[in-house]
Amino acid sequence: MKTYLIVSALALAAGFAAPACAQQKLVPAQSEIAFTSKQMGVPVDGKFKKFDAQVAFDPKKPDTAKIAFSIDIGSATLGSAETEAELVKPDWFNTKLFPQATFQSSTVKATGPGKFDVAGKLVIKGASHDVVVPVALAQAGANTTASGAFVIKRLDFKIGDGDWKDTSMVANDVQVKFKLTLTGVGAL
Amino acid sequence: MNTSPTDRYTAVAIAFHWLLAVAIVCSFCVGLYMSDLSMSPTRLKLFNWHKWAGMTIFALSALRLLWRLTHRPPADVPMPEWQRRAAHAAHIALYVLFFGVPLAGWAYSSAAGFPVVVYGLIPLPDFVPVDKGLAEGLKTLHQLLAFTLAFVVVAHVGAALKHQFLDRDGLLLRMWPRKSAETAS
Repeated sequence: MKTYLIVSALALAAGFAAPACAQQKLVPAQSEIAFTSKQMGVPVDGKFKKFDAQVAFDPKKPDTAKIAFSIDIGSATLGSAETEAELVKPDWFNTKLFPQATFQSSTVKATGPGKFDVAGKLVIKGASHDVVVPVALAQAGANTTASGAFVIKRLDFKIGDGDWKDTSMVANDVQVKFKLTLTGVGAL
Repeated sequence: MNTSPTDRYTAVAIAFHWLLAVAIVCSFCVGLYMSDLSMSPTRLKLFNWHKWAGMTIFALSALRLLWRLTHRPPADVPMPEWQRRAAHAAHIALYVLFFGVPLAGWAYSSAAGFPVVVYGLIPLPDFVPVDKGLAEGLKTLHQLLAFTLAFVVVAHVGAALKHQFLDRDGLLLRMWPRKSAETAS
């Protein structure tokens, strides 16, 4: 009897706790992942049209957060048709061999009200590198918007190999900007 | 300096003429060559150089136009009225195209999502939105204007050569750079 009570109490507690741990959902139509590369000083903007995220995040308990990302590399747009045709080739994204880029968080730290540093592993073109991504959250109604920007070095991931290694032609720094709209995130 | 302005173009006008002649011919040839290249660092370099050259031509042409409007060119040499008119029409067309070709190229670049950054240092504003359909149209316009310019340049050079070698009226000397010693005399 006693055991039964404890079990039901635990089950009840788990049941109550469950909503806080529930996965948050990405709203793709209101989300954006963009990048800017510089070619001979000329900023050229690109976008990934298809991506998905698995987010388990409670703003009150950031250390338990798990954030995973996958980006469909083939969905990239960048400037003209000529550059897009180039992008899928082995020297650039090698889309056939590496169709996806992924991000997996390791630690999430609160850095201020609605502000977090998300550290994790970014894998592009089979190369894995640690990144720390500053994220700012804003809430409106049921939606939470996570936005931020960070810089990656394209050569760390062998993006633009071969003839394109010359960083005076295409800068090594690539600015990545994102705005992700999630539903189901607890109040800040 | 030249003491009889109706005799020869001014030294500044002559310098503008030949400097821009070389720049325009080179940019046209680079433009022709680069558009058929497949994507490579060379193509990217040539495209940027072409854009820098184009914007430089645009800026120098503005200065040249100012000079032209404030300095009277030499009087026409005797020639049939239709030729005189054709020559003036060609000069006006050249000036229009000095601005039209680079402007269309600049707009094309902006519409294609590659803003112009002159010498990799001076970002120019985009006065048209990024739009693939618009970019295609502007590309055609840029090409059309560039070929029109090439056509008028050929007519201009042909007419100058006719004056020099058939009419032998010395018209070309008005635009020919003279050694400073000769200019001084």
